[in-house]
Amino acid sequence: MKIILFIIQKEFKQIFRDKSMLRLLFILPILQLLILSNAATFDVKNIRVTIVDYSNSSSSRTLIEKINANAYFTDAVFVSTTQAGIERLNSGKTDVVIEIPIPFEKQLQNETTTQIQVLINAIDGATAGVQNVYLSQIVQQFNQHILLENKHIVNNQIMPNRIETIPSFWYNSTLNYKTFMVPGILVLLITMLTLFLSSMNIVREKELGTLEQINVTPIKKYQFIIGKLFPFWVIGLVILTIGLLISKIVFNVPMLGNIVLVYFFTSIYLLLILGFGLFLSNHTETQQQAMFIAWFFIVIFILMSGLFTPIESMPKWAQNVTLFNPIRYFVEFIRMVLLKGAGLQEVLPNLGIITLFAIVVNGLAVWSYKKTN
Amino acid sequence: MNNLSEKIIVVENLTKQFGHFTAVKGINFHVNKGEIFGFLGANGAGKTTAMKMLIGISNPTNGRANVAGFDVHTQSEKVKQNIGYMSQKFSMYDDLTVKENITFFGGIYGLSRKQINSKTEVLIQTLQLGDIAQKKVGDLPLGWKQKLAFSVAMLHEPKIVFLDEPTGGVDPITRRQFWEMIYAEAHKGTTIFVTTHYMDEAEYCDRVSIMVDGVIEALDTPKNLKNQFQVSTMNEVFLKLARNIE
Repeated sequence: MKIILFIIQKEFKQIFRDKSMLRLLFILPILQLLILSNAATFDVKNIRVTIVDYSNSSSSRTLIEKINANAYFTDAVFVSTTQAGIERLNSGKTDVVIEIPIPFEKQLQNETTTQIQVLINAIDGATAGVQNVYLSQIVQQFNQHILLENKHIVNNQIMPNRIETIPSFWYNSTLNYKTFMVPGILVLLITMLTLFLSSMNIVREKELGTLEQINVTPIKKYQFIIGKLFPFWVIGLVILTIGLLISKIVFNVPMLGNIVLVYFFTSIYLLLILGFGLFLSNHTETQQQAMFIAWFFIVIFILMSGLFTPIESMPKWAQNVTLFNPIRYFVEFIRMVLLKGAGLQEVLPNLGIITLFAIVVNGLAVWSYKKTN
Repeated sequence: MNNLSEKIIVVENLTKQFGHFTAVKGINFHVNKGEIFGFLGANGAGKTTAMKMLIGISNPTNGRANVAGFDVHTQSEKVKQNIGYMSQKFSMYDDLTVKENITFFGGIYGLSRKQINSKTEVLIQTLQLGDIAQKKVGDLPLGWKQKLAFSVAMLHEPKIVFLDEPTGGVDPITRRQFWEMIYAEAHKGTTIFVTTHYMDEAEYCDRVSIMVDGVIEALDTPKNLKNQFQVSTMNEVFLKLARNIE
């Protein structure tokens, strides 16, 4: 125990002595959380629309007004030919082109079906889908409005029958993306920082030659490893604290669940990540190698975490791969606890899996750290 | 000189292979307690590899070595309790002060804070480090660093200390001071196992072995070696041996 304290003391001294590193440690995650949380939104807003109105009737103007009044669309630009609209689409000046045909009003009044043409830039399929839905909704409203008017004219007593679904959004009732993203991004930042720090730290001692000096001492493996990783474990928890404060104060993320549970889970999760970092540093000779491999895993962990893309829509094999992704379990966990107010009972599977991973990874790390080659 | 007959290092057929390359080819020798043993050889002769096996950080491919009464292969951690080591590459923390380095290395050898404090004071006095004890080690000149590294290797009062080219790149005056420190420790009964490229330093040793291409070609006192090769300096002994092999 005494020996471990000597190592911890030395590690903290080195961390606090390196002022530029210290700044990096605490300021970068704060900045990233503030910036990324605002940028990582899936809301489709400011849709630029171009309208080719061949009909030029009061009906078409009503439709256009409805589009303009919608908060998701910027004010429409009018062009006189479909060709001009397509050119704008090609040159990226517009996202959507709507063409209203000449017989638009006439067909509506005759209660026959009419069609408008909508061209959407679908390079980003998901965004195009959302834009299509928005437009369809507007057109549908317009439709009902017309239908209603016509019915009133024809027969005062008949009201249209319609079934409307009224969605009730739970856990994130305002559909605020930040509420959804901030806890996940916090998880990423904690993971990245502690993984990089731990994997580079021991390799650095290898490069300097001080690791050899330590290997010639009778120090026990576990003493060295605990002494080395403890400071980063503390740093991880400090960053969690800062991140939770920012989430609450700046982003007003609801925190329905028990915060103690969050700290408990993170403590075990950090053991897993630090053990993994140690494992990487055992198998690399330079900081560059360690950094490169750590990045490789971080990118896979992030993209397969369910943070940016839902795991349910991945192919089956990819879903299976995510079962080995620690970030996935932490993202799930933190959303469940903060947004749904889940208790220990509900997060037990996540906690169990992370604990199991932590034991396996640390076992491997201790085993592969060799004082004698 | 009763203790001279006691063998503190016994090496039998010690071999280290890296793939197809054999760095150390079955060497045999012993070192007596309290002796200053010079372990010489050209670059790449296998000195450092052999030394790493003796200090328990590299497993022998074949053969055995017993250091301070313990087998280097099966009891390497026990060996480590009884030895000090100063590597060829300066290996203290540049970003820590002299005092902090002493505290750390004393601490991981299991010394108490009290022991460390008293040792630190003695060390700072003997090395005359008074003013710079609070300085970062990285800011010290090389000669001071080496003297400090040697003292740190001696902190836990090991029975044997292994020095891998301790005076490489150091000026002649500091080298002399360094050897005075080595003598002082040897007088206290510590066994010194030292590699060097300076043949004048070889003259300071009680016995010297010369390694060429993974094999020990000669082993005796400097005086006997000079007689054997009928030359007047160790330098000529070394050149003759190295040339013969080529």
